[in-house]
Order: sequence, then structure tokens, then C-alpha cells
Amino acid sequence: MSFTLPKVRVPYLLLFPGFAFLFTFFILPIANLAQTSTQTPIPGGDTGQYQQTFAFSNYLNAFLDNREQFARSFIYATLATVFALAIAYPLAYAIAFKSGKFKNIFLVLVVAPFFTSFLLRTIAWKQILGEEGFVVPTLRNLHVMGQSTTITSTAVAVVAGMTYNFLPFMTLPLYASLERIDPRTIEASGDLYANGITTFRRVTVPLSLPGVVAGTLLTFIPAAGDYVNASILGSPNTKMIGNVIESRYFKIVDYPTAAALSFTLMAAILILVTLYIRKAGTEELV
Amino acid sequence: MSTSVKDASIPTIPFKARFSRWFGRNLLRIYMVFGFTYLFIPVAYTFAFSFNDAGKSNLIWKGFTLGNWQNPCGAPQICNALGNSIKIGALATLFSTILGTMIAFAIGRYKFKGRSTSNLLIFLPMATPEIVLGASLLSLFLVFKINPGFWPTVIAHVMFCVSFVVVTVKARIASLDPRLEQAAMDLYANERETFKRVTLPLVAPGIAGAALLAFSLSFDDFIITNFNSGTLITFPKFVYVAAARGIPAQANVIGSSMFFLALAIVIAGQLVHRRRSR
Amino acid sequence: MAIDPIDARGDLRLTRITKSYGDFKAVDDLSLTIPEGSFFALLGPSGCGKTTTLRMVAGLEEPTVGSIHLGDTDITTTRAYQRPINTVFQNYALFPHLTIFENIAFGLRRRGVKDVKEQVEKVLSLVELPHLAQRKPTQLSGGQQQRIALARAIVNRPALLLLDEPLGALDLKLRRQMQIELKWIQREVGLTFVHVTHDQEEAMTMADTIAVMNEGKIEQMGTPADLYDDPETAFVANFLGQSNLIKGKIEGRDGDNLVIDLFGQKISMPSARSHAVDNTLYAGIRPEKFRISRTGSTLRGNILSGGRIEDVSYIGVSTQYVVAMPWGQELMVFEQNDDGVPPFNKGEEVVISWEPNFTFALRGDEDVEAGTEVNPEEIQE
Repeated sequence: MSFTLPKVRVPYLLLFPGFAFLFTFFILPIANLAQTSTQTPIPGGDTGQYQQTFAFSNYLNAFLDNREQFARSFIYATLATVFALAIAYPLAYAIAFKSGKFKNIFLVLVVAPFFTSFLLRTIAWKQILGEEGFVVPTLRNLHVMGQSTTITSTAVAVVAGMTYNFLPFMTLPLYASLERIDPRTIEASGDLYANGITTFRRVTVPLSLPGVVAGTLLTFIPAAGDYVNASILGSPNTKMIGNVIESRYFKIVDYPTAAALSFTLMAAILILVTLYIRKAGTEELV
Repeated sequence: MSTSVKDASIPTIPFKARFSRWFGRNLLRIYMVFGFTYLFIPVAYTFAFSFNDAGKSNLIWKGFTLGNWQNPCGAPQICNALGNSIKIGALATLFSTILGTMIAFAIGRYKFKGRSTSNLLIFLPMATPEIVLGASLLSLFLVFKINPGFWPTVIAHVMFCVSFVVVTVKARIASLDPRLEQAAMDLYANERETFKRVTLPLVAPGIAGAALLAFSLSFDDFIITNFNSGTLITFPKFVYVAAARGIPAQANVIGSSMFFLALAIVIAGQLVHRRRSR
Repeated sequence: MAIDPIDARGDLRLTRITKSYGDFKAVDDLSLTIPEGSFFALLGPSGCGKTTTLRMVAGLEEPTVGSIHLGDTDITTTRAYQRPINTVFQNYALFPHLTIFENIAFGLRRRGVKDVKEQVEKVLSLVELPHLAQRKPTQLSGGQQQRIALARAIVNRPALLLLDEPLGALDLKLRRQMQIELKWIQREVGLTFVHVTHDQEEAMTMADTIAVMNEGKIEQMGTPADLYDDPETAFVANFLGQSNLIKGKIEGRDGDNLVIDLFGQKISMPSARSHAVDNTLYAGIRPEKFRISRTGSTLRGNILSGGRIEDVSYIGVSTQYVVAMPWGQELMVFEQNDDGVPPFNKGEEVVISWEPNFTFALRGDEDVEAGTEVNPEEIQE
């Protein structure tokens, strides 16, 4: 083979197979989902048979029926993101600036828990924090916790589970942007009469902002759509929008409502993300 | 001019000042110990309970046994599920790495019309919640009367892995010094040889990393798989279904083995990288 | 929160400072006084401990033992942000997220100074870059960044300004220009400058006093002329310029002069310029102090005969010769091209002569290679 092709075409040829695939299996399904979301059941038809009637009221009904779960999804996801940021920032900072030649080993250790199935890890937490683990009985014996209080099956457990599961997604981008900071700029700040806190606020944080933005997005987006943590660690009172979509699909076979919910979720996330990126003032993410 | 003070006694630094500095310096290191402990508690738990002589429901410690490790396929369906996950993971890794690498080269190496749109198309699947990806793809399969199962799952996995491959490989390409390619051409290598002998070997670690990432994403995926696999059982699905009754200890054996295997691969990769860059 | 740096002025005094990293002593029992208002250079090859010394003065490292005083105030354990000391960092360390104005204003704002705008503008015109105030550091050239880094430090009027290889990243021509400017600015603002560099020419151009460092210790300290004309060790003789070191024996005394035997030929030199401790020594002569003559010419001063031209390099202002001596050593000779005499040719038999007062002598047990093997372009890290 020789390069007789006009050079202009090369990138398009490279893109073609991948984009054809993404078009067929990402764009098309999303368009189809939009189409499904305004269907209504065929009168007198079987379960699962729908026709297009442009019933935009599906959206309103879907939203109104599941306000609570929507609110919960965004509150839990926000909390999990904030906690993950609080835990991951010092960790990423320590790896970037304090681990010397062991940097790569620590990075591997951040990712390593990933390799054990995340379901197994979530179930492990459930058992550690459950009635038969040692944490709850110990805390009860010490009277830190009431005899009937539990950790699992509560909102606390769901948020904690999400925080844990998405922690590496937060840590890696934070590390990547912290690692790029020239340590001399931090020294320069100290040299110019800024104490530790001021240096952190005025130099470290602004310089690591791209990592903060990337990390919070990578945590918030999957957390808002998650239902696995809620179903393993939670109770019916901690149902999130993901649980609703899942059961609409599999148990009730109500495709239009599930589609409308999915679309509402996606739109809400996209709007929040756009606002957030604007506010944070970084647009180099893509 | 300077005066010599060699004969003066050596001044020492007060203990209090030393300690507060030591503490300030090591606070983060202490924090790191706690952070990693937190990350590894469930991993250690999973590993410990893979030795539990518990039979079907691995909830309470009943005694030490090596039986689960000697007979990892002991629980019904578990090795079938594992086999499916490995097959799906391998295929998804292969296709997503090829497609993603091509896209990464196009975006990372060329300036062309529609480049920013391309970037957006890569970013969107990552910004879409998994449940929406899974549900929308299932709807499409249903429209075309394709039954969920093995191949629909592979397709679904390729779809969400491609973006991650592109991002990983693109980062590697961006970090390359373009002068290396210019130097190769200066030394009489044509475009094809330059690509083969200079560009590709330099980007290879990025591609390997992307493939490892794709495999681990695919292997561990539950939500999208749950929508598109129908009655096919994968390892995460097996765990999820079994969770209601208590998972068999063999699942812990497999989870722990995957952990050690992946860790070994990553560490070996690091060692090779270190030796090469020496 | 506004920081009030401690109010201390005066000489900087390092007393018996040691900084160890495990078994390695980066700085080894170093004592040094830097007088207020001087331009002081710490000169040495990479890894000699000069940057570590500077960082301890800045407060970025803490000595393992020893103390640091500024005037009468002990600042050994004072934090960097409390010291009235500012640094021009290697590679400048400008804050990439702040404008040039905000970079310079950074220290003033931390100290809660009132007339920030006025002071920043004043220092920007001192470094002749007032039009760049609203740019970001990445939009500036290396030379401009260097001046901004300087402005960011001197705007705070520190008791002491530290410069860590500040010109290392600039090209030669710009470096020369900045050397002159730095010197001018130092006189203009009247601050004490402590300059760390591996470039002996840079140190000699700018500093009033140079301390030559090697392996964590100070080898010799003095004015540039003192160090160059009368080095006390082979390291200084070789690191500062080039030297011809010839092994010899003290034969006797003649008034204030020593009579020395160099491989059978007698020379003399002032005994005050000898650092030998016994009868053995190395006689040192700088290459430009030598004169080359054809065999048979009438000559005054010290004479070494039996040389043969090995190599000739014509470099415009001077011609550099390598002359092989009967005892097998090759000597370096730099001749000014100012006498209209055509250069000597390779293979010619010549005699070398010089003024006895230009001779210096080192201890006979010195390592004559010390200071020659170091690569001055090596960047520290």
C-alpha cells in the first residue's frame, strides 16, 4: 500500500468505521428513545405494544409521578460527589506531591480495587456494615448507635456506597491536574507571603480546577443514573430514578414512561453539566 | 567581608519547631494511609471470605477452607457466567480498541473540518448515564426484532468503551513530540515506515492501557449488560442475582483472582516501561 | 489574612549549617556571612549544594543542624512566608492562572499593602514591561518572564533577594543583556542579592563576592579577581577559567620569592601566592599569562624551553595554542592577536615565558583534574 490518497481524506477514513458504529448504536438508539417516549399503548393491545401519538404529556406524567425519586437521585449524587471530592483531593494531592518515586505504585493502588467486581465490593460493604458484620454490634455496644438503628438500608449507606464506588473516577483526574502543577509555583506562593491556606486557595485550587471539574462530572453523571447501590444498600425508601427506569422496563414493560424518564434524566444532567462548566470557566474538557 | 565562625558550637533546632514541621510534612502521608485502607477494606473482606467454609450463603464466618479455591466452579452457573464475561470482554476490547485508536489518530494527528463535532460525539456517550445507554440500545434492538443476548451485549460494550479508548490513546498521542516523526522522515523513512517504526511503538503503551481499561470496564459492567443480555448470564449479573440469597464463596475466589491478575499485569507493564526508559 | 513578615534587616549569617538526606550531606558544616547591600554569588557545579543552601535561606528547606540569622533575628525555623526574603525561581514559577499584574501584586496583597496598583506599575516600568500587565505568563517570551519574575520579587522590597539560576533558560545574547540589567537594578533598588549559578562567567560579571562551592563545602570565597588570580585549590583553579598546573618542588627562597624546580627548569614566584604545605606543589599559570617566542629569543621573567606547537586554533580576538613540553605535559596558551606577528605553525619549536608575579601554587597532593570534569550545562534536578 502506498499513500496515494489525497491527504485531506485520511482523517475521515480513520473516523468512518468508528463513527458509523457510534451513529448506529448510540445516536440512533437515542433518537429511537425520543420516539418511544411519546408513544401510548395501543387500545386493546397486549402489554408492551405501543403506537406513536406524540403524547408529550408522558413527560409531565413521568416527572410528576417520580418527583421524589428525581430529587433523591440528584441529592444523593450531589452528596456523593461532594464527599468523593473531599476524600479524593487530599489523596490525589499526597500522591502527586508527597509520594516521590512511589508515585506510580500509589496510582495503581487507587485503581486496583476496581479490578474486584464493583458488585462484590458493594456487597462486601453491605455485609461489613450489616447486622452480622462487626461494625454495627460494636457501635451498639459502645452506645454510639441505638439498638434499633441500622446503617444498611438507609440513605447514608446508599450515599456512602456511591462515594466509595466512584472515588477512583474522582481521584484520577484530580491527580492528573495536580501532577501538572509546577511545585515551584507553590513554593513561590509561600515565598511571596502566602501561608499554607492562602497558597491552597489562591494557587493550588485554581490550578487544579480542570481536574476538579472533570472529576466531579465523572462522579456525578454515573451517580445520578445509578441504581445498583440503591438496590443493594438501600431500601424502598431510597429508590432513585435509575431504579424506576429499570423496573418500568423489566417489570411493568412501560417503555414510553421509561423512555421519557431516561430523556428527562439525560436532559437534566446535560443542563446541570453545562451550567457547571460555564461557572467553573473551563472548556478544555472535551 | 565574611568572617569565619567555624569554631562556634553547632546550633541545634528546637524540638517543638521540628515536631510541628514533621507533623505538617507528614499529615498528608498519614491521611494517605487512611485513604488507602478505606479503598481496600472491601477488597480485603472479599479476599478473606473467599476462604470461608460457608457453603452457599457466604454471610458469616464459619471456618477456614481452601476448598473454594480448589474448586472455583463449584457453584452452579458461576464458571459459565465467568466464561461469558471473558468472551464478551475480549471481543469488546478488540473492537473498541481498533475503532477507538483510529478515531484517536484522526483527532490527535490531523486538523480537519468537523474536528470539534467529532470531539463532542466522543464526549457524549461518557456524559450519558449508563442506564440511558442501556435502555436506548435495548429499545433499538426491540424495534429491529433482535433478541437481547451475546452479540447485542458485545455491541453495547463496544459502544461505551470506544470513547474511553479514544480519550486514553489521544492523551498519549498528544504527549508525543512531533519532532520525533519529523526526525524519522529526515532520516529517509517514508510516511508508512515512520508510522510503523516511530509513531506506533511510541503510542503502543497508550493503546495497551486503553485495551486494559476497556476490558475492565466491560468485565465489570452490570447496568448496560443487564438491559441487553436477555437470559445470558455474565459474572456481574450472577453476583447481582445471587446477592439476594447470599453469594457463594466461589464468587469471592473469582473476584480476588481478577484483582491479583490485573494487578500483576499492571505491575509487569510498569516494570517493562521502567526498564525501557532506563 | 494579611501576613506580616518579620521585620529584620542586616547581614545574612549562616552558622555551621548541615543538610543531610539520609547518609548524603548536601551541605556540610557550612558557615557564611553575606553583608547587607552586596551582590553575592554562590558558584559551583550541579549537585554542589548551592541550591540547597539557597532553599534553606528562602525557608523552603530546613537545615538538619545549624542556624540562619538575618541581622540579629534567628530565622532558622521561620516559615518561608514569614521571611522578608524573596526568590527569583529557576524557570521563574510564575502563576499560570494569574495575569502579569496579579502575579506581581500577589505578595503585596498577601501583606495587605494599600497602594498595590501604584507599586505594581512602578516596578513594571522599572523592568520596562508596563504594556504586558494584562497578559498571562504563557504569552510572554523567556526574557520577559524572567523580568516579571524579578519584578514580582523586588516589588516586595525584601531584605534579601535570592536568584536561583535566573538566567539559565535564556539564550547567550539575552543572558549577557540580562546580566548587565540585573546588576543595574541591584544598584538601583539597593537590595542584597544572593545569586546561585553554575556559570562562572555570569558569577564574575555580576557579583562583588563569589563563594565557590564543591561537595557541600565552600572551597574559596573572595572577589572575582582574587579567585581568578590566586585560586587556593585545584578545583577553583579549574572551575573558574582554565589553568595550567605543573608539578614542581620548592628548591629554596630568594627574599620574598620561592625558587621552584619544574622538571629541571628553575622558575621563581612570590611566596605569598603559594598555598603549598610542604616542598611539593603545583605551579599554576593561566593560559593568557603565557607568552610564546621562537627558540633563541631574549626573554625576561620565568622561562620554560623545549616546547613544540601541537595545535593551533585561531578564534579572532586570540589564538589558542596547545604546546607539548619535554616532560610530556600539554600546556594551553592564549595569545592576543595584537602584535602583528603571524601565528606560529604546528610543529614549531618554541619557548614559553611569563611574569613571575602571575604564578600561583597549590598543594602538591591536589587532584589536578578537580573541577575540570564537571559539565557546567548540566541542569540541576
